[in-house]
Amino acid sequence: MNGEPRTVNLAACPLPLSDYHEIVLAHGSGGKLSQELFRKIVLPQFHNALLNPLHDGAIFPLNGSRIAFSTDSFVITPIFFPGGDIGKLAIYGTVNDLAMCGARPLYLSVSFILEEGMAIQDFHRVVSSMREAAAEAGVTLVTGDTKVVDRGKADKIFINTSGLGLVSPGVNIDPARAQPGDRIIVSGPIAVHGIAIMSVREGLEFETEIASDTAPLNGLVEAILSVTNDVHVLRDPTRGGLSSALNEIAQNAGVGVHLHEARIPISEDVKGACEILGLDPLYVANEGKLLVIASAVDTDRILSAIRAHELGRSAAVIGEITPDHPGIVTMKTRVGGTRVVDMLSGEQLPRIC
Amino acid sequence: MSKRESFFMKYIDEYRSEALAQKVIGELRRIVTRPWVLMEVCGGQTHTIVKYGIDHLLPNEVELVHGPGCPVCVTSLEMIDKAHAIARRPDVIFCSFGDMLRVPGSAVDLLVLKSRGADVRVVYSPIDSLKIARANPGKKIVFFAIGFETTAPGNAMAVWQARQQGIKNFSVLVSHVLVPPAIASILQSPLNRVQGFLGPGHVCTVMGYREYEPIAERFNVPIVITGFEPLDILEGVLMTVRQLEAGKAQVQNQYPRVVKREGNRVAQELVNKVFDVCDRKWRGVGSIPKSGYKLRYEFRDHDAERLFEVEEIDTQEPSICISGLVLKGVKKPHDCPAFGKECKPEHPLGATMVSAEGACAAYYAYGRHLDLENRLAARRGVSVTPNEQ
Repeated sequence: MNGEPRTVNLAACPLPLSDYHEIVLAHGSGGKLSQELFRKIVLPQFHNALLNPLHDGAIFPLNGSRIAFSTDSFVITPIFFPGGDIGKLAIYGTVNDLAMCGARPLYLSVSFILEEGMAIQDFHRVVSSMREAAAEAGVTLVTGDTKVVDRGKADKIFINTSGLGLVSPGVNIDPARAQPGDRIIVSGPIAVHGIAIMSVREGLEFETEIASDTAPLNGLVEAILSVTNDVHVLRDPTRGGLSSALNEIAQNAGVGVHLHEARIPISEDVKGACEILGLDPLYVANEGKLLVIASAVDTDRILSAIRAHELGRSAAVIGEITPDHPGIVTMKTRVGGTRVVDMLSGEQLPRIC
Repeated sequence: MSKRESFFMKYIDEYRSEALAQKVIGELRRIVTRPWVLMEVCGGQTHTIVKYGIDHLLPNEVELVHGPGCPVCVTSLEMIDKAHAIARRPDVIFCSFGDMLRVPGSAVDLLVLKSRGADVRVVYSPIDSLKIARANPGKKIVFFAIGFETTAPGNAMAVWQARQQGIKNFSVLVSHVLVPPAIASILQSPLNRVQGFLGPGHVCTVMGYREYEPIAERFNVPIVITGFEPLDILEGVLMTVRQLEAGKAQVQNQYPRVVKREGNRVAQELVNKVFDVCDRKWRGVGSIPKSGYKLRYEFRDHDAERLFEVEEIDTQEPSICISGLVLKGVKKPHDCPAFGKECKPEHPLGATMVSAEGACAAYYAYGRHLDLENRLAARRGVSVTPNEQ
């Protein structure tokens, strides 16, 4: 027998999945624990046809139109980081979730939870940044709310945004539509946002000029949908990175995903940072990248459309959907081996060994 | 991108070239005449093998067995319980390398303690925890000093600096382990299957490889000090198999761009000033004589075990667990009566189920991926099932 099967979660050296009795940070990491928490606790209570697919947003008909509806909360330290801030993230996050439904984002709500003692100047800076972001994405902020909690009960500022968008006729984006033969496109270099945040986080002292890729993706989605309506899946691989997004799609659609490591765009400095920090870029968050899954016949047109857009210059076809190994993501590695790319079980922790 | 950075990455990419990998594999196929069992000692090497699917590239004759070289998995349950007892204290800021946080002790893990209010912080270097100590004079800062010889100099430096600079609120919980006694222990087992070793490149960067020479000679096994890039691993395998096929048993250095025979003398001196060799318990293996470091007596004021009076904690490993035999490559995970029953990744009884890279955890995960593995195996012309004895 040729070696033991080593189909294990790579990002995690000693990371057993635990039956936790309390909430731990990993429940919010976007990996297996997040998914389990929602599936076990929330879904059974609210179980309905729109919620069940656990898509980035819900799409439903209303007076002859199709509406996309999505919500997201933003908690990040530090609140200002190279390339963006929590305000920009909060606008772009919901705009992008709507865009991933194939919708044109229109209206947003905002809720602030502020910690007593936060500098008004910082709050002003966040809100100004949100205004700029909303203008750039072409959305209008139409309602909002503010709460303040005792010092120490929040980390400066938490923001929730929800949004509505309009889905054009003929567009039918759904993770379950990924089918064998489809190609997978990524719009640009991966893992930029996560590394940008880590580089400035307290205690890490990692000197780098990597700036977050946070950006509104609705323009890019419009460009894609202008060349074909028949996009099967759109996804922005945020928390949990490329691997979590693709694992979710594989499970949702009951198909396999096969990637080619050598084709996945990644910048030299992000690659270097991941080497030094012991992180796998496939599990690192993105905030301005999207995945497109569409028929092979449409791939070239879509790829050209993405590359013509300023956010997609280095887009690439990185893999395909396969009938083999349903629910599992595999990858041909740089040296020609094959590995399973499992979903992150919790937080990606820096490895010692 | 600066010139320096591009040079750096070019240096790495050369060790990940598919064309070069194929060359090495071709040569391996050409020279191998019979089955060989090789052990990669380091968790870092295991990581590379898994990450790049290297085991799927090797000829069927070459079997790779995981070594005990993941410092996180071999840290004894008892030591983890001690860490938890300290981290629970309200006057403590507990600092650790990241991957130690989710290793379960008898009751919980550090992540859970953190969620219950313990101040647990991930640091990249023990020196960072010294900074935390300076910034928090009212708190006691404890660093969990685990690892092989590789992390020993950094940990020694932190203790040394703490004493030089009079940082009294800093201490270390030491659970260092040493590679050569572990290799000897594997080879002494009457059931041993391992015929050659990929030696630990990073450990030897610090320690050199002189101490491996008597082991190679005494047990008549080739030991090839090997690096961590895919081509390092492949070349290490090739060099080991070459020796085996030629009936040789020498220490060779595949990793000369980093490792010297003498190692890093300055680092060794510092380690010797701060640490003393001691017997050490390994999770799943038990106690191995002279296989660890402890703080020297003169640094007792920085010894967390003494300061927080956790010396008396004495946790026994579950007796049912056979991970010691699995680590030695003697038994397969499914030979264990507890496998997949009492012992699962979420409730590990032994080292090999703790780490996702451990053989038991890998086998457990494999159940889910069985179809895929069979397909991959079929492509290689072998059949694998988890129940195969």
